[in-house]
Amino acid sequence: MEKILIRDFSLTYSDGQESLKQVNLAVPENAITVLFGPAGGGKSSLLRSINRLNELADVAEQKGQILLNGQDIYAPGVNPIDIRRKVGMVFSRPVVLPLSIYDNVIYGNSVAGQKNRKLLDQQVETALRQAVLWEEVHDRLNDPAAMLSGGQQQRLCLARVLALEPEVIMLDEPTSALDPVSTSKIESLLQELKRTYTIILAPHNTQQAARMADFAAFFLQGELIEYGTGDIMFTRPKDQRTQDYISGRFG
Amino acid sequence: MNTTFQKSSALPASEWIITRLIQISGYLSIVFVGLISIFLISEGSPALVEVPFSSLFGERWYPIEGYYSIWPLLSGSLLITVSAILLALPLGIGTAVYISEIAPQWIKEILKPLVELLAGLPSVVLGFIGILVLVPFLRRALDLPTGLSGFTGALLLGWIAIPTIVSIAEDALNNVPASYRQAALALGATRWQTIWGVTVPAARSGILTALMLGIGRTLGETMAVMMVTGNAPVLPSGLNALFQPLRTMTATIASEMGEVAKGSTHYHVLFLIGMALFIFSLTVNAIAFTLSNRRKKRAERLLS
Repeated sequence: MEKILIRDFSLTYSDGQESLKQVNLAVPENAITVLFGPAGGGKSSLLRSINRLNELADVAEQKGQILLNGQDIYAPGVNPIDIRRKVGMVFSRPVVLPLSIYDNVIYGNSVAGQKNRKLLDQQVETALRQAVLWEEVHDRLNDPAAMLSGGQQQRLCLARVLALEPEVIMLDEPTSALDPVSTSKIESLLQELKRTYTIILAPHNTQQAARMADFAAFFLQGELIEYGTGDIMFTRPKDQRTQDYISGRFG
Repeated sequence: MNTTFQKSSALPASEWIITRLIQISGYLSIVFVGLISIFLISEGSPALVEVPFSSLFGERWYPIEGYYSIWPLLSGSLLITVSAILLALPLGIGTAVYISEIAPQWIKEILKPLVELLAGLPSVVLGFIGILVLVPFLRRALDLPTGLSGFTGALLLGWIAIPTIVSIAEDALNNVPASYRQAALALGATRWQTIWGVTVPAARSGILTALMLGIGRTLGETMAVMMVTGNAPVLPSGLNALFQPLRTMTATIASEMGEVAKGSTHYHVLFLIGMALFIFSLTVNAIAFTLSNRRKKRAERLLS
């Protein structure tokens, strides 16, 4: 069952740079779909299109459709804020807001107007437990979030997304700024979370892509070159370019 | 290996001269500040002896008959500064937020130089506009006996302080990493929620610096206030004093220094007022400096 369906999606930035060319992709539910390929391939642009964050950048032209649960997210009358709450995103560098740990986790819910303190408390605990951060921070929830370590901050960012109870979680190179221990924590966390969520991951290296992929899509210069299950893509890809990239001949 | 590096004696003479020249110009500003303080203190402190303390903080400033109370001038300055800042701060921060967060690129490119141009307008010119436009307008609109009032001064001073506040607050907002905004937006915050809940708080210390420098600018301004406040050294009583003629410390010095006998009590008291102004602006600048330094340190920590 596909959660997200991308049809003939093209994107050009206003500086003339073409970022995505006619991408067709189906993202299955409750699995980890990995987008990989060298930098500048269009992975981030695609992620930012799926939660409509790209609208704030200088997009000159956009063609095609992105369907979430069968509905076009760019259809007139669709509120981007609703989309962003359904499709959460974690960025490559941990970005904690200049607030306390508690307020960071609950930020998405409080801007949505939720005020019930008891419910919020509960959501904070649930989200932090899901992100396996609760044990480390439960006694200092009111400390500024900037005091946490990098790995903790990234899990906090994940908890912040989880608190929204989204349907899809996108992660753009979530471990590129982290040490190996924190990285493996995040990775096993994602394996856990895929039972409940649809996960799209743009890993920062091929090894992580191979480790994590249920499904994988190889992007090169804005084009989707090849798509398939993780097993096939990283052992016997059909396209020569994919073959060259995963065997390290370029990239 | 037996090579030894030659010491600075190998520097060409021109190098040495230029380095020294730059060094001297750096030290000069310290020397000047020192000399100014010494001058102010030596000319102003005799007033503390010549005029009894109770009279210094009495009710009247009327030097010809020996009334030397700086209290009316001090409160006139404070009243006008506070009201000017109350007017300028929301407008200034609003403009800064608009330029940095909301305006499309081409409007940004027009607005920023315009604001800087506003900062460069000689205050006499603003005083001119004040006298010709603002004063008659306020007299009619507020039904006052005269439009020359503290409020008129506050309006003008607010106008003068806005560019300072805008350019510094806008810098601070610009320095907030774009990733903060994206993170907030990705969590479903609206643009306004992002600005109010994330960007502005993240730029807080820079905005406070802007406030402090705005206060400094307002406190030290002379010409424009002198032209529109009516220059009556009355002790303000209550809030409606704002709508009556007032006089500031700066205006007093500017208008009376030319006619005073050197070495007289009046002369010394004028310098005492100068000392007070100097201390005020030193304090305000020191606060601004500490705030902006704190911001820098925090930014460094975030980047490391």
